[in-house]
Amino acid sequence: MNTVISYFKSLTLWELVKGLHLTGGYLIKRKITIQYPEEKTPQSPRFRGLHALRRYPNGEERCIACKLCEAVCPALAITIESEPREDGTRRTTRYDIDLTKCIFCGFCEESCPVDSIVETRHFEYHGEQRGDLLMTKQNLLANGDRFEAQIAADRASESRYR
Amino acid sequence: MNIVALIEAQLTWLPAPAVVTLIIVLKILCIVVPVMGSVAYLTLAERKVIGFIQVRIGPNRVGPLGLLQPIADALKLLCKEVIVPSGSNRFLFLVAPVLALGPALAAWAVIPFDAELILADISAGLLYILALTSLGVYGIIVAGWASNSKYAFLGAMRSAAQIVSYEIPMGFALVGVLVAAGSLNLGQIVEAQRGGLGLFSWFWLPLFPLFVIYFISGVAETNRAPFDVSEGESEIVAGFHVEYAGMAFALFFLAEYANMILISGLTAVLFLGGWLSPIPGIPDGIHWFIAKTAFFLFLFLWFRATFPRYRYDQIMRLGWKIFLPITIVWIIVVSAMVVWNVPPWFAA
Amino acid sequence: MFEQAIFYIFAAMLIFSAAMVITVRNPVHAALFLVLSFFTSAGLWLLLEAEFLAIALVLVYVGAVMVLFLFVVMMLDINIAELREGFARYFPIAALVAIVMMYSLGTIVGPENFGLDQVAAAQGHAADYNNTHELGMALFTRYIWPFEIAAVILLVAIIAAIALTLRATRQTKAPNVDHQIAVRREDRVRLIKVDSEPLD
Repeated sequence: MNTVISYFKSLTLWELVKGLHLTGGYLIKRKITIQYPEEKTPQSPRFRGLHALRRYPNGEERCIACKLCEAVCPALAITIESEPREDGTRRTTRYDIDLTKCIFCGFCEESCPVDSIVETRHFEYHGEQRGDLLMTKQNLLANGDRFEAQIAADRASESRYR
Repeated sequence: MNIVALIEAQLTWLPAPAVVTLIIVLKILCIVVPVMGSVAYLTLAERKVIGFIQVRIGPNRVGPLGLLQPIADALKLLCKEVIVPSGSNRFLFLVAPVLALGPALAAWAVIPFDAELILADISAGLLYILALTSLGVYGIIVAGWASNSKYAFLGAMRSAAQIVSYEIPMGFALVGVLVAAGSLNLGQIVEAQRGGLGLFSWFWLPLFPLFVIYFISGVAETNRAPFDVSEGESEIVAGFHVEYAGMAFALFFLAEYANMILISGLTAVLFLGGWLSPIPGIPDGIHWFIAKTAFFLFLFLWFRATFPRYRYDQIMRLGWKIFLPITIVWIIVVSAMVVWNVPPWFAA
Repeated sequence: MFEQAIFYIFAAMLIFSAAMVITVRNPVHAALFLVLSFFTSAGLWLLLEAEFLAIALVLVYVGAVMVLFLFVVMMLDINIAELREGFARYFPIAALVAIVMMYSLGTIVGPENFGLDQVAAAQGHAADYNNTHELGMALFTRYIWPFEIAAVILLVAIIAAIALTLRATRQTKAPNVDHQIAVRREDRVRLIKVDSEPLD
């Protein structure tokens, strides 16, 4: 009996009609497309985008060249060289992040004892040559200066959970 | 037609055979140009419809609502290089796209758009259509062989077997139509569907199984999803046209879409009464033909957005073991209906 | 005049392509030339106002038979050198057979059998003349027995071909599509209610 029913079901293309009905319903549903450059999806304050090196309010760079970020980086994207400065403090002479290697995991930010290396919410950047995506210390500090207001606000809003 | 007479009056200074040739060429252009335009906008419609079904909005950047997208695509393809792979058969490789497109356009000669609007009103129109749709496979086979590529060859082999198999149920469905209409002429087939009941006197009702089988075989014949094993992106890259680029590829694309429009138009003519109006009292006209064709084209797109690709052996099973017996049985049923003058379709 | 020009163009193409079928080395090219010769002969038949037969020729031979032919020929891996090996040795026998066949063909299709005095010229018909109808009438009334016998012979051939491919033991491991399609969700999926572990 069941075979007879299923035979007639397949003859009437019942299952195909059911499928068409389902997709036909989606045809007239409200579209969820975001028109990207004009419209954007909401961003979390924890968004992990382009990297930046922060400074203290007095202008002194935070990074103390502890190399924890270099050690923790799973993609080996960070290269650090350090030397004592004239005032005796240890500072980086080189701080490179290869964005073509970086996987944006955020471990560098987590490991940093002085909140120096951070990931900003900025993600719309590009490089026209491969070298453009190798962030040097100057680039990273400039990023920090550029986005400091938002970085500070995001860190403040998330500080309860850290 | 008075427009023809008007043009003839303007061209009296030309020798008579030249005028005849010129008018035929003009008529052909009057069909080919709208068909090509429809093909271009069918590609946009396809992306829009599939986009909508996937809760997206489809292309909308080039021009208002994306209306210039097909033109941008055509320009892009025109500017690209036609690459002939090494080890391929150059002549056959380049002639294959033409072989694919030619029959798809030539078949339009006998399609009646309106009671008077037909390029070649030949008595064996239905056979002509059947012959030409079976020729489209040569473009695919030759392309697959001449490319000297295993993927292209696999696609060609699949397509050849598939098209030959589905031609048989398609042919039998057409036999049903011609038994019902008593004519091979497409215009007379449409006229045979005229009746007092509007859309219920068309052939789709008495020939319903043949109608469904004809359209599904048409989908298979044009290598469209869910029967697109000859392209099968996920298995054999792009099938018979992997090695094609630029305009040579575009010709295959044009052929596929022109065939889709052709099959839709034919289904409208054979089963949905062509230019006849669905409601008695409302005048007939070419707009009905266009609306019916558009409906079937939409079904093509809807199918593509809904069904996963058939497996090759299942395609063969469907064609030979299901469609073929059903069509044969229904031809007998139709013949019985015709012999006993079953009203309202076959009233004596 | 115009019709004669078309006739000579098509006839020349037909003879050329027929000659190419047997002279080109590549079997795929030969098959494609055969397609071309079918096409041109269909064109000649159209000139004789035999449009039903012409279209049927294209439909059956070009659209179906030659597609399967190409299908097979493309899969062949022919070694030309191997084929030419015994050419010189068998040439005399082949030439003898060829001459006999040419002669016997010549006696049947020679020009003396096909003059206008032997066969009446095809008479032209009005534009509304329907030769599909005439052909059907002739086939299903006067020639019904030959027609039915031919159909039965073809049916026997089909059954014989199918019987030849049916072996007792199937060598392939292809799955049975009917069984696969007949499977329902209930046959494969079983939902089991598992009690969750009590909390400690």
